[in-house]
Amino acid sequence: MTNPAERVTNPAERVTNPGYNYAYLDEQTKRMVRRALLKAVAVPGYQVPFASREMPLPYGWGTGGIQVTASVIGPDDTLKVIDQGADDTTNAVSIRQFFARVAGVRTTERTAEATLIQTRHRVPETPLREGQILVYQVPLPEPLRKLEPRETETRRMHALSEYGLMSVKLYEDVTRHGRIATSYDYPVMVEERYVMAPSPTPKFDNPKMHRSPALQLFGAGREKRIYAVPPYTRVRSLDFDDYPFEVQEFDTPCALCGSSGVYLDEIITDDQGGKMFVCSDTDFCAQRVAAAGDSQGARDPQGAGGLQ
Amino acid sequence: MTEQPILRVRGVSKSYGRRIGCADVDLDVYAGEVVAVVGESGSGKTTLLNCLGGNLEPDAGSIAYRFTGDDWQEFLTLSESRRRLLMRTELGFVRQNPRDGLRLRVTAGANVGERLMAVGARHYGRIREAAVEWLERVEIDAGRIDDFPLAFSGGMQQRLQIARNLVSGPKLVYMDEPTGGLDVSVQARLLDLLRRLADDLGLAAVIVTHDLGVARLLAERMMVMRGGRVVESGLTDQLLDDPQHPYTQLLAASVLTP
Repeated sequence: MTNPAERVTNPAERVTNPGYNYAYLDEQTKRMVRRALLKAVAVPGYQVPFASREMPLPYGWGTGGIQVTASVIGPDDTLKVIDQGADDTTNAVSIRQFFARVAGVRTTERTAEATLIQTRHRVPETPLREGQILVYQVPLPEPLRKLEPRETETRRMHALSEYGLMSVKLYEDVTRHGRIATSYDYPVMVEERYVMAPSPTPKFDNPKMHRSPALQLFGAGREKRIYAVPPYTRVRSLDFDDYPFEVQEFDTPCALCGSSGVYLDEIITDDQGGKMFVCSDTDFCAQRVAAAGDSQGARDPQGAGGLQ
Repeated sequence: MTEQPILRVRGVSKSYGRRIGCADVDLDVYAGEVVAVVGESGSGKTTLLNCLGGNLEPDAGSIAYRFTGDDWQEFLTLSESRRRLLMRTELGFVRQNPRDGLRLRVTAGANVGERLMAVGARHYGRIREAAVEWLERVEIDAGRIDDFPLAFSGGMQQRLQIARNLVSGPKLVYMDEPTGGLDVSVQARLLDLLRRLADDLGLAAVIVTHDLGVARLLAERMMVMRGGRVVESGLTDQLLDDPQHPYTQLLAASVLTP
């Protein structure tokens, strides 16, 4: 067996903790997770139970995603981690540093450069390509849980493809709000067989999961479930004939890069009610700003550079 | 009767360890008739109903349904998915406690529409129309379609449960003490409603009750159970006016008349 440190392609980020196994998890655990992953890929949308391990961070911070990432990562990978679309939030930074340290991988903030992207809440705006893997951190893998508390019953419902209850939820939405008000974790039908919770991503990202060229893996650490959407798999958001699925629309383009048709975050700028809407995908936004800067000189709309 | 029954039960038995739940029960139910199963507490009425309705697996016997033509379906050997489909379309099960049979966290409209959505209805407007229609049929004000079942009185909850079961147009409905726990005037209204629905829809029903008054009012035929066995069965009026078995005589004699 070669020393993991020797396989690191980027010498600046060598494994600094020889006391840990490569990518933190021991090889047997990684094998177990990979088996679950293989099954998940073979049965798209099906929740595969796995023996989730204790991780060095609390449940809810991405323990499932980290275990999946640790099991598929290799020294040649380039890792990107996003939290709510941003590369620079605490969770994203910590997980990126964690893997740089225990797996010695190169890290990046560029979606196009990454081979492995761990995400919480968002699918990057930059279209994914073949060969990339998107790992979702999932808090509640069971889409039927809030409607049916019994695990035995929800499993049976999945087995028999009985999803009338999901429509009951949508019916309640329309009844109470006049439209399907579910805006995140919007239930999807995978390959016309299993209904799946797309984790707390906004429904804006649901269409990006449909026939995505990238492999999408979902890990729920606390609930001990793994599921997957293989490349080019059909992912259909559930709806009614007279209340069809639609994604959020924004009135204004991004205040920093001017993009429209992307998912925006509201940022409060002062205590006088001032606010601005900016891209939630920080990498996408920064690249758009940089590209505009290259082509039009040093134009810097609304002091955007200050926020970068 | 030359007509064939829609439900044919033969030798159904269920025991809980050494205790007998019900033993060797035979029963035929014809389209559009109401059959009452009466007996004291612990006589196996509910066990029998749960076996018929798929909630319990009998130890022995055969339960066959015929909903189309001469096509008999043996319920106990059907695949689970076919069984559950049958339970959602051709059969209904009204529970004694409406809270067991309703979804309390969703509105009345969704409760009624659930069966439709379960078999593939995907048009909100039409689901809602059906819900309004059925609420009116069970005498619930259509304006309460968006209220939660917990905001309803006991009698209304029971009627809502009935609407929820009948929306899919079942041919046979099982009812476990549908009037239990309701006060007398509400009971009377519910019985009226049940009788009318059964007449209008040509619905067959098997009603479990300990109340001989309910049996006399609703049922054409009656079956008396004791200790898990059927002791006597026949036309309701005949059985109540001229009981043969000592236990039936005792039952008929112990009815309170105010």
